[in-house]
Amino acid sequence: MMRVAVVGAGPAGVRAVEVLLEAGLRPVWIDEAAEGGGRIYQRPPAPLRRDAKALYGFEAGRATALHAALEAATARAEWRPQTLAWHIRPAARRLFTLHRGHQGVVEYDAALLCTGAMDRVIPVPGWTRPGVTTLGGAQIALKAQGCGIGRRVAFLGSGPLLWLVAYQYARAGAEVAAVLDTTPFLTKLKAAPGLLRNGPVFAKGLYYTAWLRARGVRIAEGITPLAIEGDDRSNGGGDGGGVTALRWRDAAGREDSVACDAVGLGWGLKPEAQLADLAGIPFDFDARQHNWVPRRDAAGRTPVPGHYLAGDGAGIGGAEVAELAGARAALALLADAGLPVEAARVAALDRALAAQARFRAALERAFPFPAALAAALPDAALLCRCEGLTAGELRAAARAEHAPGIAPEMNRAKAFTRVGMGRCQGRVCGAAAAEILAAELGQPVEAIGRLRGQPPVKPMPIPAVEPVA
Amino acid sequence: MTAQGVTARGVAARADILVLGGGGVGCSAALHLAQRGRRVLLLERGLVGGQASGVNYGGVRQQGRNPAELPIARRSREVWGRLGALTGTDAEFSVTGHLKLARSAAEEAELVAYREVAEAHGLPLRLIGRNALHRDYPWLGPAVVAGSLAPEDGSANPRLMAPALARAARAAGAEIREHCAITDFAREEGGFVLRSAAGEEFRAPLLLNVAGFWGGAVAEAFGEAVPITPLSPNMVVTEPVRYFIEPNLGVVGGNVYLRQIPRGNVILGGGVGESEPERRWARPLPEVTMQALAHAVRLVPALAGVQVIRSWSGIDGQMPDRIPVIGPSRTTPGLFHAFGFSGHGFQLGPGLGAILAELMTEGRTDVPLDAFRIDRFHPAGGPPH
Repeated sequence: MMRVAVVGAGPAGVRAVEVLLEAGLRPVWIDEAAEGGGRIYQRPPAPLRRDAKALYGFEAGRATALHAALEAATARAEWRPQTLAWHIRPAARRLFTLHRGHQGVVEYDAALLCTGAMDRVIPVPGWTRPGVTTLGGAQIALKAQGCGIGRRVAFLGSGPLLWLVAYQYARAGAEVAAVLDTTPFLTKLKAAPGLLRNGPVFAKGLYYTAWLRARGVRIAEGITPLAIEGDDRSNGGGDGGGVTALRWRDAAGREDSVACDAVGLGWGLKPEAQLADLAGIPFDFDARQHNWVPRRDAAGRTPVPGHYLAGDGAGIGGAEVAELAGARAALALLADAGLPVEAARVAALDRALAAQARFRAALERAFPFPAALAAALPDAALLCRCEGLTAGELRAAARAEHAPGIAPEMNRAKAFTRVGMGRCQGRVCGAAAAEILAAELGQPVEAIGRLRGQPPVKPMPIPAVEPVA
Repeated sequence: MTAQGVTARGVAARADILVLGGGGVGCSAALHLAQRGRRVLLLERGLVGGQASGVNYGGVRQQGRNPAELPIARRSREVWGRLGALTGTDAEFSVTGHLKLARSAAEEAELVAYREVAEAHGLPLRLIGRNALHRDYPWLGPAVVAGSLAPEDGSANPRLMAPALARAARAAGAEIREHCAITDFAREEGGFVLRSAAGEEFRAPLLLNVAGFWGGAVAEAFGEAVPITPLSPNMVVTEPVRYFIEPNLGVVGGNVYLRQIPRGNVILGGGVGESEPERRWARPLPEVTMQALAHAVRLVPALAGVQVIRSWSGIDGQMPDRIPVIGPSRTTPGLFHAFGFSGHGFQLGPGLGAILAELMTEGRTDVPLDAFRIDRFHPAGGPPH
């Protein structure tokens, strides 16, 4: 029997495995989390379990259905939870895994990578203070641990998640100090006709905003964040003190601030595509998403034979798209292997995916990535927190007087300055670093390349004993 | 002083010397040739220091070298000592000492034997017995039985060295052309004619082939093929942890080497990865990485549990006898070679560039280079024509 490896048990992975099981295959199914569901449908550990409506709001129905499918599928697939796929060798068709400190190898005939997404971060002066986290991180604290990131939380950024998380926090009883959207209202308004293509999603967005306004939550749009301030006396000086306030400049140019003890921030999502990168799949710059995305066709086939992509790891589309794309990529994999697939099912999925793509385009127009904001990070502000590198130190590498020379692209900037060289390997600072370097070089961001992936995908401990050969 | 000429299609750029390859040796040679008043044009297919010179371990090591290399290594160590003055950055060169370790009596005997070799070349080494070793370096594992310390050795940041030399070479008047892949090699009346993939033409009476693994193809183009193979070191770096390993560590046999930088990261290597030179692609092999980690933990048990954050590789050229090809061509007057450093050229680069500049401008050098002759692989007769 053909051996298929599926990496990821979020919406895309679940629907992909379902299709593969229906076809009589028994895929090896790897996920970093203990119980799957992906970031979006992450669940609390059993003792903290709450009802789906409280956890997922409007998405409760979808979440419940996905969890049911997940549980049915894990029972039938070769399910490997709490397992990190840290490297892939497409030529050898081997995945290298880490499960609770133990190394493993998975051999496969075909691989379907559904590795999801993470928050796209723009550093703001003070962004590494205790109490600052990403919007996604803030949401997971609530969903999976039943706690908030603070008592009085300000939310900053752009995109649907900003409003959703603020709403969820307010619903959960947290005090939402402010919702600060860097996108001007007018930009969103212009995209409204396209957003209406997906009525329910658009309506939910409006509902969250209206709900927050009705409860007197402070809301500002088109703002420019200035700094996250903190109580530095509590930390013996420096700027490591916990959050006390968020300061910004409003659309009219006036400075303003709000007291808070935590900040959730984020500007949309970026694919977690390191495994696709290691698999040798080429990447293209998607100007609309403003992300580098691995190359694939509409069905999820990549230029590397036997390797397929689905879900946000293949370009941001959201959970609904991920479910469709997971099923579609699994069908492509089956068809390529010469196994029977139902043409009507393929056609239905293709139609649904095409409709979603039109909506997604409008969403990207409504919440464009604020590249200029990222590029404007002050020289003294910390950019790469792993390596302690400031924005000014990166900018210096674009100038002729820089001692080893000018860094004309991202990987050379990494080599010279260490940007993106630390524990996160640029997953956090990479997007903003590229904007800063590109602006200083006077180049479009897509012209300076992207940080190349190197194994391991995430930090991996040196084993205490020799690995078993 | 810069190389003259427009390089639009059909118009040749002329120089006194063409340097083919922007690694450490090439960039240093360009700098030293420019300092001697020569018009130098360095041609590099990618960015300078992009392969073996830039991705290696960063060992600035004389200890343990083939005796034939020691005169070059001694000269290079002197250049390393003034790299800051020469280029504006010391490339993080740090004289930590190189401690070579033995894990058996047989390995210890090798350390003892090498000391005499080193002494003959004026390289100071200090042998350290088991008790003293574990007293001075209490973090070493019990498998280690003896050590040999080279106090003058250390390490540097390979990502900075070649680019810094290239920048200094430019400042001295050399022209450095990056993203310039040469596809045609010829020697006509009056000198060499190289053509790039983009159709540019470069001419000079002298040519220095310092193209690393690809230097083999250049030699072959001039009728002196050598048995060179690609070599891709399997490199790993950990997250930063408390700084406790001061010396650069090696072992007899070389299956692992590691060093820690003051900011805390541990850089280690061992074994070889995989590569496809035709598309300049190289990557460590995960199986080899795990083996190297196991060797490292036996050497320094406290490394267990430290997180690996990245691994990488690049492409060097390896010769069957593990020493480079250095010196004049045996087929083509005006052509000089220095390639095939077999995984240990980083330390040699800065000094060898100076030696080659001597050789190419004065026709001689005090440093013995006979062991590195390109025709040594054809002992029966001359090279095939």
